Amino acid sequence: MVDMSVEIGGVRLANPVMPASGTFADGLDKAVDFERLGAMVIKTITRELRVGNALPRVCETPEGMLNSIGIPSKGMSYFHEETLPTYARYSTPLVVSISAPTVDGFASLAEEVSLPGVAAIEANISCPNLEEDGKAFANEIASTERAVAAIRRHTSLPLWVKLSPNVTDIAEIGRAAEAAGADALVVANTFLAMAVDIENQRPRLGSITGGLSGPAIRPIVVRMTWQCARAVDIPIVGCGGIATTEDAIEYMLAGASAVQVGTVTFVHPTAMISVLDGIESYCLRRGYGRVTDLVGALSVEEADETDMEWVDPLR
Amino acid sequence: MNSPDPGAAPRLATPHSITAAEFDCQVIENEAVNAEYMHIVATAEPLATSIGAGQFFHMLCPKDGPNGPFFRRPMSVYRADPEAGTVAFLYKVTGSGTRALATLAPGDRLDLFGPLGVGFALEPGWRRIVVVGRGVGLATLAPLAEFAAANGIGVTAVLSARSPAVMMSAERFRAIGADTIEVTDAEGTSGPARLERVLRGLIAGDRADAFFTCGSNRLLLLLQRLGREFGIPGQVALEQQMACGLGMCFCCVREFRVNGGVAHRRVCWDGPVFDLQEAISW
Repeated sequence: MVDMSVEIGGVRLANPVMPASGTFADGLDKAVDFERLGAMVIKTITRELRVGNALPRVCETPEGMLNSIGIPSKGMSYFHEETLPTYARYSTPLVVSISAPTVDGFASLAEEVSLPGVAAIEANISCPNLEEDGKAFANEIASTERAVAAIRRHTSLPLWVKLSPNVTDIAEIGRAAEAAGADALVVANTFLAMAVDIENQRPRLGSITGGLSGPAIRPIVVRMTWQCARAVDIPIVGCGGIATTEDAIEYMLAGASAVQVGTVTFVHPTAMISVLDGIESYCLRRGYGRVTDLVGALSVEEADETDMEWVDPLR
Repeated sequence: MNSPDPGAAPRLATPHSITAAEFDCQVIENEAVNAEYMHIVATAEPLATSIGAGQFFHMLCPKDGPNGPFFRRPMSVYRADPEAGTVAFLYKVTGSGTRALATLAPGDRLDLFGPLGVGFALEPGWRRIVVVGRGVGLATLAPLAEFAAANGIGVTAVLSARSPAVMMSAERFRAIGADTIEVTDAEGTSGPARLERVLRGLIAGDRADAFFTCGSNRLLLLLQRLGREFGIPGQVALEQQMACGLGMCFCCVREFRVNGGVAHRRVCWDGPVFDLQEAISW
């Protein structure tokens, strides 16, 4: 037996595998037993009624996809009357992803969703599609601090903060979120990206740019997970291109305490269960009694060459 | 979230399948049936053959290169045969997914996820229905016609194509006892004015308790207009680019006319079959 449980910023999860926000909805219960998941992370909700972005909203890319869905949201009455009761049928912890266009909006929405049945809030301060050509709170230290601190003041629920990868130094953003009261970091959201159809010479997304996700981004986000894990004392939830057991273990060794499986679910709906079973098998095979033994177990030989030598490895 | 628009009027709908699964099928045929369409048949487990008319499978096309298709491709079932244990699809090679699909040979594996979506529904009071389809849209309507015939409902099938050589499924409609009316662009018989006369004749002959269509914007508009004029209900199967197939990703939304306003619905989850009058032409 392997103890698969993990604690992510004050939330006890039966196992470290959960969906990434935006790639999960109640319809998946046709193929996946939600009781087996570590958590249920629902698609970002907003207070505002939103219809979403222009079509096409997705396109395929090598080992991945671009999306500019735009967070269609049915508003808060739908959340109270439909979403919460839907997930109340499961004992798995519910993580509610929230987004807002202003700091005050984040604060009041966090307060409004702090309800029985909600185990944690995931603050989507990183969604690149909403406004100003991808600019988001998570792009800068100051706006990250303001948003996270405001949410922190308005909820006592565990607060996970989902970072944007579209930054120069994600670790300093992570530190800012931690200092402002985050209980865990989710690393990371999608990469702002673009694709062009050369036959009709138009952007392949209706909103021109969108977020890149899928296996194509995985090595970059593994690197970001490792950087963040070294920079903060709160748990990291790794999220970016995880499709297989091996991918998830890679993230955990690099410092993630849990993983979110996203885009691959669109292609293989039961991928989360395969990843979960695979992690347990790996632990058994390697003699780990607890899945937490994997977290940050990366073995690194500290090199003693100077930075300049690293830049010019062929010399 | 079966009722995404809580205020909307109830609409005809078969319930979703309770479960959907990935089926590891084996291709037993994948051949061109004419200059435009391919026919692929795969062996399938019993659950995969119990699909409702208008529902679809989400098909994992083989990777034909490093940039091979990443998403699945939704495809409505052309024929599900529980006795033979097979499912069959008709498709036209139009992009990277169907191009890769066309490379499959007998013996190859084919991963099908489903059954998915809300299919066609028949009202108990209907005695005779009219199905009007064009091109590969007829592949979606053939199982409906069989479903209707099996329930004692008479079917008139108006089949439209570019030319007689690429006319799909006429024998299949006739085999279930449907009256078929074939029209083609090549023969100059498929124009909207002529079709409207044909349909008005069917209405006058009390043959149209309901309309069903798929595959043509022009046919949709014509049926909507006649449906409004004569108070004839109907259903349309719509297509849209999809990623997840389970209502999660919201990429396949379209606009619908609902209660005097516009509602956004997911083709994969709220459809692909919708009320004829609620659909908005594309």
